[in-house]
Amino acid sequence: MNHLLSIADLSRTDIEQVHKLTDTFAEVSKRSIPKVPALRGKNVVWLFYEDSTRTRLSFEQAAKRLSADTMTFSVGSSSVKKGESLRDTVLTIEAMGVDALVVRHASAGVPWQIATWLEGRVSIVNAGDGWHEHPTQALLDSYTIREERGSLDGMHIGIIGDVKHSRVARSDVLAYTTLGAEVTLVAPPTLLPPSLAGWPVRVTHDLDEVLPTLDVAYLLRMQQERMTEHLVPSLREYTARYGLTRRRVDALQDDALVMHPGPMNRGVEISAEVADLPRSVIIDQVRNGVATRMAVLYLLLGQGVAKVFGSDDITVPELQEVAG
Amino acid sequence: MDADDVRRAIWRMAHEVIERNHGLESVVLVGLQTGGVGLAEALAGALGEIDGTIPPVGTLDVVMFRDDIGIRPVLPEEVTDIPVDLDGAIVVLVDDVLFTGRTIRAALDALNAYGRPRAVQLAVMVDRGHRELPIRPDYVGKNLPTRRDEMVNVSPQGVDLGEVVKS
Repeated sequence: MNHLLSIADLSRTDIEQVHKLTDTFAEVSKRSIPKVPALRGKNVVWLFYEDSTRTRLSFEQAAKRLSADTMTFSVGSSSVKKGESLRDTVLTIEAMGVDALVVRHASAGVPWQIATWLEGRVSIVNAGDGWHEHPTQALLDSYTIREERGSLDGMHIGIIGDVKHSRVARSDVLAYTTLGAEVTLVAPPTLLPPSLAGWPVRVTHDLDEVLPTLDVAYLLRMQQERMTEHLVPSLREYTARYGLTRRRVDALQDDALVMHPGPMNRGVEISAEVADLPRSVIIDQVRNGVATRMAVLYLLLGQGVAKVFGSDDITVPELQEVAG
Repeated sequence: MDADDVRRAIWRMAHEVIERNHGLESVVLVGLQTGGVGLAEALAGALGEIDGTIPPVGTLDVVMFRDDIGIRPVLPEEVTDIPVDLDGAIVVLVDDVLFTGRTIRAALDALNAYGRPRAVQLAVMVDRGHRELPIRPDYVGKNLPTRRDEMVNVSPQGVDLGEVVKS
């Protein structure tokens, strides 16, 4: 059975296969009837234990364009409120007949746990687990860079902002470096993970120093709740040192891209004006998200018994302690 | 068939397309990925030489419409490219070999996503028989009786018949 749990399970060839297939589905999305019958009769269930709008809608659009049936499980309106455990919930959903579970959970490692419980009877897609990973985001981000620049080989990509609490940053670092790019993390020390051992990245606290060398400025969302945790003195101070303002954009190379996983806080990590510049490909990221998720669902569900990603053994990754 | 035979067959099929459609008004050639693409281009070239106008040529990958998805691994080969609106067009599907007819069934479904053609016709270089669906070609390069387990290879250099090599 096939899962998409972590970018770490994917080789360069695997990622390139997803990108190539994404080209196909991008074309499908442009047809006057943008729907193919490829996954007719397959049932995809969204298991969202954490809020999400764009990821869930994007997956939903992807599944519908492949003619799969979908069901949504959201915690707010479910028996979880009556005290049902995660394991019982998952087994109950499985008993109804499901081919893939798209899981988002606030705790890292939950998709691995579910994959272990279901013993390969259902494909699991990680749609974000805690601060750990968000593999489809990394696939669509790398696809977007490839679309704009042809390849990631030799690109210098700066991931700017709250790296510590970002699952997007973790998956992106893996995808970008696997595809041959260099990554620099740009953040104040309080917003970096306690240990970066094993991360194939460089780190700096000075945005202005790296800007002229970047091919891609990838901004992370500055979450309001970090203020109450006193990780940065104030949003204004954060913007002054790490916000991508109009003045800073001028320091970028002419063909450098500006990216953001959304939702944006205009005026905080990115100025309102910069988000709308032609070099900003934030809307392209959203558009490519649908085609990327079509590619992932098709690879997982449309291939019979063929193995697509990684190995058959599910090894739960060692999770780094990132206490608040 | 050798290279000359293939060339003559394309030439004859081009004449038949023009005769049947009283010219090339609203004719669009659509080559099926991947074997039909080169043939569609060759046919378009021949039509251009005979009639003076070269019809639009598109390509179609039918993998997403196949009926064996999930039974065996099927991955798209190339991106579909249909350059014109197919509403009201006369579409000539072009493929190298017609066998079970399942690819053509998938292609007919796939075409729906691009509009409603006035008519769909089928041109193939080789009709090898063994149909599993009620589908027949309109233009045939050569009828070639085969066994089910034989392989047919069509290229501009000719048509070859071979055994499947079991590894």
